[in-house]
Amino acid sequence: MYEWDFTVVFENSDLLWQGLWGTLAITGTALAFGLPLGLTLALSRLSTRKWLAWPAGFVIEFFRTTPPLVQLFWFFFALPILMDIQMTPFLAAAITFSIQSSAFFAEVFRAGIVSIERGQWEAACAIGMERPQAMRRIILPQAVKRMIPAFTERSIELMKTTTLVATVSYADLLYQANELAQKSFRPIEVFTATALIYFVVIFGLSLCVQAVERKLAISGDSTVR
Amino acid sequence: MEYVWDFGSVWEYRAALWVGLINTLRIFAICLVAGLSLGLAIGLARYSVRRWLRWPAACFIELFRNTPVLVQIFWFYFAFPILAPFEISALMAAALGITLNSAAFSAEIFRGGIQTIDPGQWEAGRAIGMRHREIMARIILPQAVRRMLPALTNRGIEIFKMTTLASAIAYADVLHQARLIASVNFNPIEAYTVVAIAFFVILYPIVRATYVLERRLAKGD
Amino acid sequence: MTQQPTLTIRGLHKSFGDNHVLRGIDLDVNQGDCIAILGASGSGKSTFLRCLNFMEIPSDGEITHAGKTIGTARTGKSRVYPESELTKVRQKVGMVFQQFNLFPHMTVLGNITEGLRTVQRMDKASAETRAHAELARVGLAEKAEEYPSRLSGGQKQRVAIARALALAPDLMLFDEPTSALDPELVSEVLNVIRGIADEGRTMLLVTHEVGFAYHVANRVIFMADGIIQEEGPPEQVLKNPQNPKTQAFLARHKQFEF
Repeated sequence: MYEWDFTVVFENSDLLWQGLWGTLAITGTALAFGLPLGLTLALSRLSTRKWLAWPAGFVIEFFRTTPPLVQLFWFFFALPILMDIQMTPFLAAAITFSIQSSAFFAEVFRAGIVSIERGQWEAACAIGMERPQAMRRIILPQAVKRMIPAFTERSIELMKTTTLVATVSYADLLYQANELAQKSFRPIEVFTATALIYFVVIFGLSLCVQAVERKLAISGDSTVR
Repeated sequence: MEYVWDFGSVWEYRAALWVGLINTLRIFAICLVAGLSLGLAIGLARYSVRRWLRWPAACFIELFRNTPVLVQIFWFYFAFPILAPFEISALMAAALGITLNSAAFSAEIFRGGIQTIDPGQWEAGRAIGMRHREIMARIILPQAVRRMLPALTNRGIEIFKMTTLASAIAYADVLHQARLIASVNFNPIEAYTVVAIAFFVILYPIVRATYVLERRLAKGD
Repeated sequence: MTQQPTLTIRGLHKSFGDNHVLRGIDLDVNQGDCIAILGASGSGKSTFLRCLNFMEIPSDGEITHAGKTIGTARTGKSRVYPESELTKVRQKVGMVFQQFNLFPHMTVLGNITEGLRTVQRMDKASAETRAHAELARVGLAEKAEEYPSRLSGGQKQRVAIARALALAPDLMLFDEPTSALDPELVSEVLNVIRGIADEGRTMLLVTHEVGFAYHVANRVIFMADGIIQEEGPPEQVLKNPQNPKTQAFLARHKQFEF
């Protein structure tokens, strides 16, 4: 019978905290860039100008279909040579997950925009609004509200996907855990504790999100103008 | 300074890439079959009337959906071998992680599909004297599967992409081979571009097919 | 001095793919006209109305608003309609939809001030003053801070009318404004529309309410098969129709009281 002993974990908890912070940092960065980029991609894809719509469509499909780890390796190993720049794990991770998440967010935006009934477009047109005005004032506010569950789901998914950065030595939680496991020769306790930490954070976030969604639903059409 | 692309250096090592592709397909097949089957079983358990089935199923689903799959793979590769009485290869560890993860997601797809079937179908089955198990197998599941097809296909695509994570524990999948080639030839650009394009070429037709499938199902309903 | 028609339509055609819906419409609309457009489903009456503010782009023909023909002619090809020009036209034409199409994420007041502030670039205070006035005119002054989801169908449509009127349009278009309403809510909307007509506003109204057309319109148009079959004062078209199609249509709608 294996004797479980979590002392190692408790003694080195500060390392794991740093790792968790690293995870949050890269997730936050990817969200900060990914959301606006996703909106840009979605609007481009919906545009009537083919020269905008087609490349946007390609970027979205390419980054949704190829595995994130392949993208990460490409940006970490290939890009610095191609563009003759200094590459750090954080930079590669930030670029990869900003673009990767933007592709998924673009689809969420697009679905939301398209789901708004035609009558709203017509009413906006009829009072003399131009297309960009109508998008900004009438369509997007309604679309975003509708798509909040999908956005939060995608964001939580993003947090899980960022564990890949451990493979390029970015100091996220998994990386720290791996280092600790190697040093301490107690991989069972370390990885079990790490899994539990991830579980608590991610499950906790989903519960929060569900609670917020329920609250939004109850208060009805309470969007701020 | 213009970079000079040289795909020849990758072409030279195509045998290694081919091995990688075979390995990718191997782990994909294992995880797809095992993941979906296990997912079905757990999905049914989640929906069961018996509490002793429902609760463990729910816990399993929440645990494996709310932890990252790479963490699961690392756990099975580094932690599990000490607890287990047998050798765990990279293939086994990665397959375990991906399979259990996919089972948890598939279980939710199955549960969703089954729950959206009109309760009237259950009543009709009971009215002619069928047992729960028979109703599920002969009436409910055949209808539910049709509805779940897009979500299941998406899950399959996700599984295929997840196989690249096995390279992190040195399983010789196509990404691992590409990394090897890149380190030997100093041509990461060509090596990884080839792998990215390969995945795109393989997966995109299937992605498009699911769009068509979804549209057709939406019309049918 | 003869007054120029507010709106002139010449040779209007509209096709959707193979479906040739409008097959040549000619019409002059004078200032102060209240024109009711009647016809069976599929006659093209809604399409015709929607061409007037270019919600549908004509396949052929010319539409002239206040002396200016919209769009640019091209030799050998159909007219071009630049979006910027159409936007300007729509700012001077008000439209009320069958499905109301209120903006659900804004209050009633917000719905009305939206066009004033975003399109006409009015300041907040002036816009709200105007909006309150329009809201009072349609009898919903107390509903300014409500959201559309809390209103009845009749109230929503009255807000939609206020929204259109607030922009001070030269022309009002009503696309079956009461067709989506429960019967007991129809009269409150018709009363508001009647009030607008009595003010002398130029308007075109696609409607099934034959009785309303008789009492309020000064001209009635009957459409079938994509053209105007008959046109004239309500006394003539509705009481003494000449065209057999008009007669057939009215026979089917015999229950209306004049």
